[in-house]
Amino acid sequence: MKEILEIIESNPKIPPKEIATMTGLTEAQVASKIKEMEKNGIIRKYKTVIDWEKAGEEYVYAIIELKVVLRSRTGYDAIAERIAKFPEVVSVRLISGGHDLSLTVRGKSMKDVAFFVAEKIATLEQVQGTVTHFVLRTYKQDGDIMFEKERSERLAISP
Amino acid sequence: MSGKFVATNVKNIPPSGIRKFFDLVLEMEGVISLGVGEPDFVTPWHIREACIYSLEKGITTYTSNSGLLELREWISKSFKRDDGVDYNPRNQILVTTGVSEAADLAFRAVINPGDEVIIPEPCYVSYKPSVSLAGGKPVPVPTFRENEFRVTSDQIEKSITKKTKALVLSYPNNPTGAIMRRKDLEEIADVVNEHDLMVISDEVYGKLTYDGAHTCFSSIAGMKERSIILNGLSKSHAMTGLRIGYATGSEELIAAMTKIHQYSMLCAPITAQIGAIEALKNGDSEMEKMVKEYDRRRRLIVDGFNKLGLDCFEPLGAFYAFPSVKSTGLTSEEFAERLLKEEKVAVVPGEVFGECGAGHLRCSYATSREQLVEALSRIEAFLGKI
Repeated sequence: MKEILEIIESNPKIPPKEIATMTGLTEAQVASKIKEMEKNGIIRKYKTVIDWEKAGEEYVYAIIELKVVLRSRTGYDAIAERIAKFPEVVSVRLISGGHDLSLTVRGKSMKDVAFFVAEKIATLEQVQGTVTHFVLRTYKQDGDIMFEKERSERLAISP
Repeated sequence: MSGKFVATNVKNIPPSGIRKFFDLVLEMEGVISLGVGEPDFVTPWHIREACIYSLEKGITTYTSNSGLLELREWISKSFKRDDGVDYNPRNQILVTTGVSEAADLAFRAVINPGDEVIIPEPCYVSYKPSVSLAGGKPVPVPTFRENEFRVTSDQIEKSITKKTKALVLSYPNNPTGAIMRRKDLEEIADVVNEHDLMVISDEVYGKLTYDGAHTCFSSIAGMKERSIILNGLSKSHAMTGLRIGYATGSEELIAAMTKIHQYSMLCAPITAQIGAIEALKNGDSEMEKMVKEYDRRRRLIVDGFNKLGLDCFEPLGAFYAFPSVKSTGLTSEEFAERLLKEEKVAVVPGEVFGECGAGHLRCSYATSREQLVEALSRIEAFLGKI
């Protein structure tokens, strides 16, 4: 199972037939294992990594650090879940250090993001303070390095 | 006119059979090459980083002839851990500029004029010329598909004469991908003992095996004193151009090799030696990832050839498949040349690695999965045209 996951982690488009050959399983076994993992949530979803800037779309990303005061009987999960429901929020993480939660927020402009934070996040009862860091440039994302791909320039034939 | 100055024994060495294909490929575009004898992975970043850092610190001097002691200590540890063999880092290990240098040194250190060296074929292209240049006589022994390209103790015994000095072993094998089982090596060790021979074992693909571990020849009882083991980091850690190899053996044999090395190469490049220390210290996980990936591609290409009707035995080491083209009625050279010209896939005909390799192709699967799939479909198209 781990073997299949390793193969499709960086490319979900590899046909089951090829995965079968590579792992020594039958095509049917591969297909049913993938289906099972999709069903039980081991495979959460298939996603496309897009360079939106290259596609001519301007998005602004910001990393927001939150200080949270917990109310009695509700933990971090409750506030995190609430925040996670906003479509503007791309990721929510509980972190160690000076802050409690770290969000990534996507918007159409800096104003967009700033207003979203001011109106929807900072106003939440448990949120005591926010720090907004706008992203100026992304160099690596989801394991994908945004610089030109490294290639080894080998001789075409060698002994 | 200056050709007359070239020494006779150099003139007598035939040119490499690979050259011709290399020149053909250079003129073409859009070629998928399965002819490459090196990893398609770039050297892992932590290794490159260690090299860069050493340059920044200005570490650019000679090292001791034997190589940095720290590197020899790591080599010693890796033999101890992986093969259960003890080599003293102070006098039983020599760091060389690639395994090719180590092989050349080994031949020159042990061969007297006229000594015979038994070389199982198909094999890497440099053993025969190196033996000849050292004044010895190469005695090829053919291996076959029927025995999964393993050499047998019987075959070796039959090739022994009064002049036989040494035996070359090169498993996991380039070009066939064959490996030797422990039992095979034990039988060979008996013959080696009985006839008082020594063994030069090139194990540069030793870390790339796919079904059971590689057996280091010196781990066979009594063989440490009779063998020189050649190994290096080019294939296991994708460091071909950094040129780090090493030889291990008894104090006397390593001292003899070091003598030649100190008057020719002097020492391996220090930057690469530092990268090698990093590779042996922290490189296991990256190496395991690469081996896993090779294994997947191996299954893909072997399955592909067999489905196309090109009989291919299962290679259990290195990163080569060695399918037979005998069913097509073409010689391997004709097949390779037409495949390149008509479908733009480069492979190396088996006879380049010894006469008995004829009828086969060496296909490297050290290339991306997408390229392998595309190459197989082009080969299928080509088969339709024959």
